[in-house]
Amino acid sequence: MANTAVADPDSGLTRAQLAQRHGLRIAGERPPLAEYTRKLWAYRHFMTAYSRAKVASSFSNTQLGQLWQVLTPLTNAAVYYLIFGVILSQHRNMSNFIAYLCTGVFIFMFTQTAVQNGTSAITGNLGLIRALQFPRAALPITVTLVQFQQLLMSMVVLAGIVLLTGEPLTFRWFLIAPTLLLQSIFNVGLTMVMARLGSKITDLKQVMPFVMRTWLYASGVLYPVALFREHLPSWAATLLEANPPLVFIELARYSLLESNQSNLVSSPARLWLLAAAWAVVMGIGGFVYFWRGEEEYGRG
Amino acid sequence: MADQTQAAGAAVATDPGRIPTVVVDDVHVVYRIHKGATGGTSPVSALKRIVSRTNAPNIREVHAVKGVSFTAYQGEAIGLIGSNGSGKSTLLRAIAGLLPVNRGAVYTMGQPSLLGVNAALLNDLSGERNVVLGCLAMGMSPEEVKRLAPEIIEFSGINERGDFASLPMRTYSSGMGARLRFAIAAAKKHDVLLIDEALATGDRKFRARSEQRVRELRASAGTVFLVSHSISSIRDTCERTLWLEGGVLKMDGPTDEVCNAYEGQK
Repeated sequence: MANTAVADPDSGLTRAQLAQRHGLRIAGERPPLAEYTRKLWAYRHFMTAYSRAKVASSFSNTQLGQLWQVLTPLTNAAVYYLIFGVILSQHRNMSNFIAYLCTGVFIFMFTQTAVQNGTSAITGNLGLIRALQFPRAALPITVTLVQFQQLLMSMVVLAGIVLLTGEPLTFRWFLIAPTLLLQSIFNVGLTMVMARLGSKITDLKQVMPFVMRTWLYASGVLYPVALFREHLPSWAATLLEANPPLVFIELARYSLLESNQSNLVSSPARLWLLAAAWAVVMGIGGFVYFWRGEEEYGRG
Repeated sequence: MADQTQAAGAAVATDPGRIPTVVVDDVHVVYRIHKGATGGTSPVSALKRIVSRTNAPNIREVHAVKGVSFTAYQGEAIGLIGSNGSGKSTLLRAIAGLLPVNRGAVYTMGQPSLLGVNAALLNDLSGERNVVLGCLAMGMSPEEVKRLAPEIIEFSGINERGDFASLPMRTYSSGMGARLRFAIAAAKKHDVLLIDEALATGDRKFRARSEQRVRELRASAGTVFLVSHSISSIRDTCERTLWLEGGVLKMDGPTDEVCNAYEGQK
């Protein structure tokens, strides 16, 4: 009944040749990297609109609503201060431990939430992915944009804490902008890696909290980074000091905390170099890695 | 049936107006489904599987489409019929490039757009915002979106019972949600539009409007695929129909012929 063998007996074309002659392309094919990047750029309005919408809807089921954008980082800072500043107050030699701690917590949370939400960037948007064809990299980028908007909110809170704890406002504060920019590029790359891994390995979501906890302790957030040098063999300390969140945290402390200038883990020049290197490697590497999996997302 | 395909094929060589938009060449689709928790899900048996490197028992492979071939042309509306689980929706998703084919190939003109009942947008956001996001996700420019948004809301008819466009989509009835999604998808000119049961949810007035829109899309040289269990809506909108049964193309021809055979068989 159904004629299925050859498409076009008259001109002797097979179906594949017929498709080629009329410029049809294989459905769902992964475009080359340059074309993919161009397409992604064309979707920039979608990404900004989507991230704004996500921020707007993120607290829509709570009574306090958008107030949580400020309350969440504040509560976080309060908890860490209670434990590490009051109960375990062991760092009396540090002149401004509260500001030191809060800077670490807020900067680390930017990367932490990017990783956590990145893991579900694909799996949490399957409806959208299965309905519409668009460069999937728009989704992890949207995740980072959402986190960035929340970071800006916590930076306002942080500025308040830093000033209230007696730090002066200096011109060095401007350096927080390039710091956050480099961290954002790093985060985009990392989010893309996590998104691809998370779409394949569904167990990853269960493991990530423990990975992130370990990473938190390895990033010198809760205690002075000098402790690494004091307690670890020097190769391990050197390795830990190149740890990306630690680099970004130290740069933020360098920018904002006048009292902490003598406690920096390494020279600012070295920190900037490391931060730029991490941003480039993770940003480009993560993007290429994500692009290579483009055809697989939303399937199976 | 062979006659019709040959006539179409001959037209390719002689008539430049007859341009193929979708070529499906001996396509097989196999996908893995998670059956969910069944027997043998204890930690010990899971560990045993990891050690012995066998697949989890709750994953099963389904050979949903088995060697389907056809060519669709510009301006055609093609209905897909068949019983539940015959591979209609799977075939549509393969054409949209959303499912990998295991053997054979699907060639398409432009980017086919799949419109399904479950094409979820953001339920926490208002209908208006969903319109903007949906249009941007289809690749429209912000200016186009601004221009088209009122038309889309008007077309969907969600504001007929008060101002629903500013309410979150989770407050919509399923019919309203489906209407809005169809209105968004139909706002753009598609080379190939795949509709999966989406028209079935609307009321009679909306169905008439959406059938009109499908005709317009075809007139602007698009190809429309329509999956439906309602034979009457296939008869109304499509002149060609594919009948799938058990993942195999059982019949391909003029709607009347195929639908009569399908209904006769039942």
